[in-house]
Amino acid sequence: MSQTSVDDLVEARSEYSAGFVTDIESDTLAPGLDEDTVRFISARKNEPQWLTDWRLKAFAHWKTMPEPKWAHVHYPPIDFQEISYYSAPKSQADGPQSLDEVDPELLRTYEKLGIPLHEQAVLAGVVNANVPPIPSMGSNVAVDVVFDSVSIATTFKAKLAEAGVIFCPISEAVHSHPEIIQKYLGSVIPQKDNFYAALNSAVFSDGSFVYIPKGVRCPMELSTYFRINERNTGQFERTLIIADAGSHVSYLEGCTAPMRDENQLHAAVVELIALEDAEIKYSTVQNWYPGDENGKGGIYNFVTKRGLCGGARSKISWTQVETGSAITWKYPSVVLRGDDSVGEFYSVALTNNRQQADTGTKMIHMGKNTKSTIVSKGISAGFSENCYRGLVRISPTAENARNFTQCDSLLIGGQCGAHTFPYIENKNNSAIIEHEASTSKVSDDQLFACQQRGIDAEKAVGMIVNGFCKEVFRELPMEFAVEAGKLLEVSLEGAVG
Amino acid sequence: MSLLEVTNLHATVGAQDQQKAILKGLNISVNPGEVHAIMGPNGSGKSTLANVLSGRPGYTITDGSMTLADADLAELEPHERAQLGLFLAFQYPVEIPGVSNMEFLKASVDSLARARGEEQPNTAAFIKQVRLLATSVDLDPQFLKRGVNEGFSGGEKKRNEIMQLLLLEPKLAILDETDSGLDIDALQVVAEGVNRYKNENNGVVLITHYQRLLDYIVPDFVHVLADGKIVQSGDKSLALELEEKGYAWLT
Repeated sequence: MSQTSVDDLVEARSEYSAGFVTDIESDTLAPGLDEDTVRFISARKNEPQWLTDWRLKAFAHWKTMPEPKWAHVHYPPIDFQEISYYSAPKSQADGPQSLDEVDPELLRTYEKLGIPLHEQAVLAGVVNANVPPIPSMGSNVAVDVVFDSVSIATTFKAKLAEAGVIFCPISEAVHSHPEIIQKYLGSVIPQKDNFYAALNSAVFSDGSFVYIPKGVRCPMELSTYFRINERNTGQFERTLIIADAGSHVSYLEGCTAPMRDENQLHAAVVELIALEDAEIKYSTVQNWYPGDENGKGGIYNFVTKRGLCGGARSKISWTQVETGSAITWKYPSVVLRGDDSVGEFYSVALTNNRQQADTGTKMIHMGKNTKSTIVSKGISAGFSENCYRGLVRISPTAENARNFTQCDSLLIGGQCGAHTFPYIENKNNSAIIEHEASTSKVSDDQLFACQQRGIDAEKAVGMIVNGFCKEVFRELPMEFAVEAGKLLEVSLEGAVG
Repeated sequence: MSLLEVTNLHATVGAQDQQKAILKGLNISVNPGEVHAIMGPNGSGKSTLANVLSGRPGYTITDGSMTLADADLAELEPHERAQLGLFLAFQYPVEIPGVSNMEFLKASVDSLARARGEEQPNTAAFIKQVRLLATSVDLDPQFLKRGVNEGFSGGEKKRNEIMQLLLLEPKLAILDETDSGLDIDALQVVAEGVNRYKNENNGVVLITHYQRLLDYIVPDFVHVLADGKIVQSGDKSLALELEEKGYAWLT
């Protein structure tokens, strides 16, 4: 008699659809890390002296720092000398002058990733090309693509420039807008912030830079896709987004990596700055390769993300859908310095097989009447471990601060774990802090009830998990909410959908 | 051709090393247009029969056979049995938080339609149909927006099951103690729903403890299940006799 229970489903194997390797000629730095590596990267980017010095300062400090051990994740020691810190597709180094010169493998990669880079002339660097609309995502998304260590292409630059919006690789912004970079780089996440932020500050290669001028509502969604391709490379991207007074921007990042047997390191830094009355909405769909069902391979995703609500009435909202990576270590945070500023964190973190996630947020209340909302949905399947770790800190200056935290865990099968580590530090007695938490399980009975109505088990679990995540999906830009739902189903394939 | 044919069915419950025999040679044959009531003392195997027919995990068939419209049920996954037209109204309907009733019903109807190569219903028309059906079993259509059975009373859960029966129009409906825990008004609503559902092409298997349900849904046959076997069959007068004398004289 053929029967399916939750446990049987968990045992089945899941498939990673973005696991292809792109066979292109790359210009890759030999593994190893010392001052020369840092100087090499800086020289490669033709950086001004101040930035080289800035990197070296970070590197000097990094050498003195211990690796953080407090997260609820387990992995063998990382040999930082075994990693290559720079890799760029070769054809890009020479600067393709027309579409024919762009490596066709690279174009195929974008197609496989579903990146709507049909503005192929833009991709090739021809600035005044006729740009057709993007069919698959609607014409309202501008895309920056970071492939291994370099930014490949940024679309819709011209249209954004009309509105005064700057959206370009950070390596380019260093040259085109040095005063902004020098003012804000490291202003939210200092070089010495933590071990991985220090490493990133020393060796970051590329990433996106966004500046929205005063009073401008960015006319389209901005989006960056990150892809690690080369073997033994780390990816250390750096993103900096500045929303000047009264401006508004919505930004989405997506990430994938090939299936490799060895682990690869991804240590990114993302800094957001919202000035008076500005609003930044930052969404992430993270689908790095999670390793196979036995935990072999996969990305170590050790990322520092923080936003500063610097001005009064500013707002920063993080939404993340984390389904990939062997290990996720990530706490997108908001420093609420401006009075009446608002911080939000909406998260879906799904772990399957042997994945481990330790993720959450920090809401640092400093200004008066500051408000924060945390909604975290953790889903564990297979043998995975899924942790929520969060800090709500109300400083003595934060009169009438308000926080609401909701933390829900969903377990699928009997071998996984869900953990919650909420920290609350309150130094102002006018604060109102709420914390709600729940843990539930997709039961055999629920699954059977769906099957008895004709819905197969995978679809049923997908439906239940999507229902569980509804509150977070609502926060995603519309184009990506559907994508996120599908991604969950694919990630749970075998375990759920 | 009979609709449901169960022959010499033996089944156990529990893990490999501690299996307990529950069904011990059960025979039953249900033809289209018939209502069969299955009664019997606690622990006789009534709910096990419903579970084994519908394919709930945790049971093992050790002998015998069961077919629905000539298809071997044991070969099919639970959702395939449902797609074939087997419906189980649950004794304890589960709650599925986060999945709205409407979404659940649409997923169900779409899955059945897909499996049968039929066109999936138009969403607007579907919503209208479901709202009407809900009203017809005294369920506030507002309930359709809530999670499946989430926060429903016992009576509401059972009426929800009956609404699903009316919506899905299965070939064979198995009602597992749908009458338990219902007050008399809810019982009448449930019975009225079943009567509305049944026709000359489908069959009903009513599993019940009490004769009172049979006042409202008149069975063509009454079977007494004891220790995993049908020990007595008759017409509806048998139910009255059981009400009077209990089960002891049969077992």
